[in-house]
Amino acid sequence: MTDGWVMVIGLEVHCELKTATKLFCGCPNLFGDEPNTNVCPVCLGLPGSLPVLNQRAVELAMAIGTALHCDIRPSTFHRKNYFYPDQAKDYQISQYDEPLNADGWLDLPDGFRVGIERAHMEEDTGKTTHAGASGRIHGAEYSLVDYNRSGVPLVEIVSRADMRTSEQARAYAAELRSILVATGASDGKMEEGSMRVDANVSVRRSADEPFGTRCEIKNLNSVRSLGRAIDYEAERQIALLEAGEVVVQQTRHWDEDAGRTQALRSKEEAYDYRYFLEPDLVPLVPDAEWIHAVADTLGLMPAERRGRLVALLDGTDASDAASQVATVVDLGLDDLVVEAAARGVPVPLALKRTANEAATDAGAARAVEVGSYVALLTMEANGSLSATQAKAVLGDLLAAGGGDPAAIAKARGFEAMSDDSLVATVADAVAAHPDEWARFRGGEDKLSQVFIGQVMKATRGQANGKAVMAELQRLRREG
Amino acid sequence: MATPGRLTRDQVAHVADLARLTLTEEELELFTGQLAEILDHAADVASLDLTGVAPTAHALAVTNVLRADQVQPCLDRQEVLRAAPSVEDERFRVPRILGEAP
Amino acid sequence: MSGTGPGPAAELAGEVRRGGRRAVDVLDEHLAAIDARDHEIHAFNLVTRDEARAQAEAVDARVARGDDPGPLAGVPVALKDNLCTRGLPTTCSSRILAGWCPPYDATVVTRLRDAGAVMVGKTNMDEFAMGSSTENSATGPTRNPHDTGRVPGGSSGGSAAAVAAGFAPLALGSDTGGSIRQPAALCGVVGMKPTYGTVSRYGLVAFASSLDQIGPFARSVADAALLFDVIGGHDPADSTSLNRPTPRVLSVVDEGVDGMTVGVLTELLDGVDPEVAARTHQAAEALAAAGARIEEVSVPEVLLGLSAYYLIAPAEASSNLARYDGVRFGLRVDAEDTVAMNTATRSAGFGAEVKRRIMLGTYALSAGYMDAYYNQALRVRTRILEGFAAAYRRCDVLLGPTTPTTAFALGEKVDDPMTMYRSDICTIPTNLAGHPAISVPFGASADGLPIGVQVLAPALAESTLFRVAAVVEAAAPAPVPATGAGS
Repeated sequence: MTDGWVMVIGLEVHCELKTATKLFCGCPNLFGDEPNTNVCPVCLGLPGSLPVLNQRAVELAMAIGTALHCDIRPSTFHRKNYFYPDQAKDYQISQYDEPLNADGWLDLPDGFRVGIERAHMEEDTGKTTHAGASGRIHGAEYSLVDYNRSGVPLVEIVSRADMRTSEQARAYAAELRSILVATGASDGKMEEGSMRVDANVSVRRSADEPFGTRCEIKNLNSVRSLGRAIDYEAERQIALLEAGEVVVQQTRHWDEDAGRTQALRSKEEAYDYRYFLEPDLVPLVPDAEWIHAVADTLGLMPAERRGRLVALLDGTDASDAASQVATVVDLGLDDLVVEAAARGVPVPLALKRTANEAATDAGAARAVEVGSYVALLTMEANGSLSATQAKAVLGDLLAAGGGDPAAIAKARGFEAMSDDSLVATVADAVAAHPDEWARFRGGEDKLSQVFIGQVMKATRGQANGKAVMAELQRLRREG
Repeated sequence: MATPGRLTRDQVAHVADLARLTLTEEELELFTGQLAEILDHAADVASLDLTGVAPTAHALAVTNVLRADQVQPCLDRQEVLRAAPSVEDERFRVPRILGEAP
Repeated sequence: MSGTGPGPAAELAGEVRRGGRRAVDVLDEHLAAIDARDHEIHAFNLVTRDEARAQAEAVDARVARGDDPGPLAGVPVALKDNLCTRGLPTTCSSRILAGWCPPYDATVVTRLRDAGAVMVGKTNMDEFAMGSSTENSATGPTRNPHDTGRVPGGSSGGSAAAVAAGFAPLALGSDTGGSIRQPAALCGVVGMKPTYGTVSRYGLVAFASSLDQIGPFARSVADAALLFDVIGGHDPADSTSLNRPTPRVLSVVDEGVDGMTVGVLTELLDGVDPEVAARTHQAAEALAAAGARIEEVSVPEVLLGLSAYYLIAPAEASSNLARYDGVRFGLRVDAEDTVAMNTATRSAGFGAEVKRRIMLGTYALSAGYMDAYYNQALRVRTRILEGFAAAYRRCDVLLGPTTPTTAFALGEKVDDPMTMYRSDICTIPTNLAGHPAISVPFGASADGLPIGVQVLAPALAESTLFRVAAVVEAAAPAPVPATGAGS
């Protein structure tokens, strides 16, 4: 980013709710069906039709509000009036000055807090496809409209303009997505459009200056695009301002291939939506009981899951811990680590093995029988298996969805050495190197490698290095 | 409460635009006069001091009307598309759309 | 105790249920009446002969099997053309919906079917229910059966005329600012607007959502009660439908008014034709004779009703009518791009009054004006509710004229919107309050034109409303025959 400038970013995220039916009618809320088969008088906006609010959509919206630490308030619906072919009634039923959720916050993994202004409910539009060379709206000869998506429930989450870098924006989007998935409200798929992110970007020379004119960027299909687009847009605005020109408030479209934003509308005036209270609906006033019921059924959110693991680590110094914790929580594998810890597996080991190995097949790891997984980790922890061996057995375990790690180890020829056999093998190695033993006894710890190497050779790599070390130390202690 | 000024032709033309209506010159003239007269009459409302009076949007004092999240039968697509002015590929066809949604 | 007994529709249904008359014969009689005179009156946009015949035959079959065919068995009912009837044109008397057949029935239509009614046709109306004379119709005006040079009132003029002319004993209309009661008064029939929320609006093409209600037309108060009982009641498809027991009124209609207090609403009498005012006073006397206490009541807030209404209703209408854009149904006038197509379609498809109200409403909602106009009108509504509440602490019902004049001549007011709007001055306040009201025919003017007297009641007090209306009806001078001769 060009020196002498700072950016100001706010994000608006539209999230499709995972309900069985649409927001105001009983049509199925399904992606990918034959066009115009999931429609009725209500979502087609036919004369005489009326909306009726979906209770499950409200619950999911409240779950989102709870997860984002919002106040859940008495709310009303308003009509946002504008003509457009994908808008079946030529107005959208949304929430205006009395949204369901307001004044919340979201903490990024590094602890930075982004304010959430509101998270309100509204209905989705139909989908238009454009007939013409590019499939884009410009240069199209005509367009075709499918109303299957018309009326699908959305929650629009508006952040405060608290972010200052594209990294923060990316982290916000990623964390918000995890939260939305964790609440069960959404599947958070940006590529599929069930989570749509628009970025508002402006620049100024310093935090003392008021906010500059902002532009809204649309068509961001991934977290990575979000970052690229924000950085591009900030530079574009800086270049304009440094050239003595002004930034025109406008909506811009991100062109992933060209790597730039482009203005959509030739003239940007604030559109007069003539918001007024929706007369066909009544106010939504969730009582304390309902709000608590929703909060009570909410599972742990990502931040709480990460916090849980950090607490278990209890200050153990591990440089990879933060990234391992993030990986494990992101992939939904943290319950495995917590369970393993509860059953006595050292936390750093459980964390490392889960983040590094189990994560490579996260789907299988989420499905694996917990007892088997914990037994395997325990075998590695107590020295019955070496790290290499444990990783191999884990692979088999995941592929099978479970099993007996001891049996798998045996089948692979990874028999754990019996204690007598280990003691005898170490004694042999010591006896074979009396000079090195005398020096090791005198304090040259490095020489342990000689004996470990000898034992490994004698056992063809099957001995557990830690167990050998422990035996050497015992021998040294006890004479 | 300040009453808005008398309705002008330009305002009527702007409003017609917002409402996707074109008016002929005569209609514009006629409607401006008629609408101005109606709004003059409405000045008795506009000029009242009603500070502190809550607006009533609904005579009903009802809240929380909800329905269960259960699938209901949809319309038959053929019946729906039969009523459409123009159809292609089982979709509603419209002439080119010049801009994005506002 | 006064009693008028069952009305003609109830009697018809009784005869059909007992097997004394066949529904198909009843239908044929009414179709003959329609064929004899509707070319003159134009009450109907569409007479649904085949569908009606099928319904009548079904009723007769149920009777033959010994099954209960329902409380309206075999009774012909006319439906205002803004009520969705599946597979049958529902045009709202607009070019923009010419020939549009909805793929679903309005809830009230389903309830009529289930009650054994025979739906005989779709009646003419002011386009999208905007008007007070049924002159704003794309299919031409309806004429008052009492004098075909005069209007039947509006916007449910076709339904009122159909009942007045004997084309059907019952009809449904819709009332947003008086569109049932006013034409009922001008045509000499009973017309009632229920408490907002007691009759489902699902399938009623919306004009002003917070004001619209569907209601009955009949030739007697008891028949109106019968029809109200059939169509009323909670509907989960309408979020504004009240989920509590709806008053059932037919059984109490004849219970009289002993001990009730009736308030004659002075503001409604202001500036009204002397003959019309006289009938209200006559009705008050009749109520006194029947045991009610009469008082004079003033609700000055009512005077603000007209202005508030002409801000709220067009505002909601401007939004409700946005969907008529040529995309999914109805008229399309082609153009190079979608905006041009929307504009060409709407400009060609809507009549002048509809355009006027859309623009008025859009203006009232637009940035910079919304607070001065629309929100202000909503505050006035609060005041009107308070005014009525105060009156109803003293009175059980209020009484007044339904309209300021008798039926005016075709063409007389159509060029002057403000004058036309004043026809609704007596009826509008009850729509703003969401209260029920009924117009009962009460004699005629010296030149033979029907006059209506209006009873108003608080929300959900339909039982009281109908009881008072029945007494007024019993005392009414002999009804004027609707021969159309005029004077």
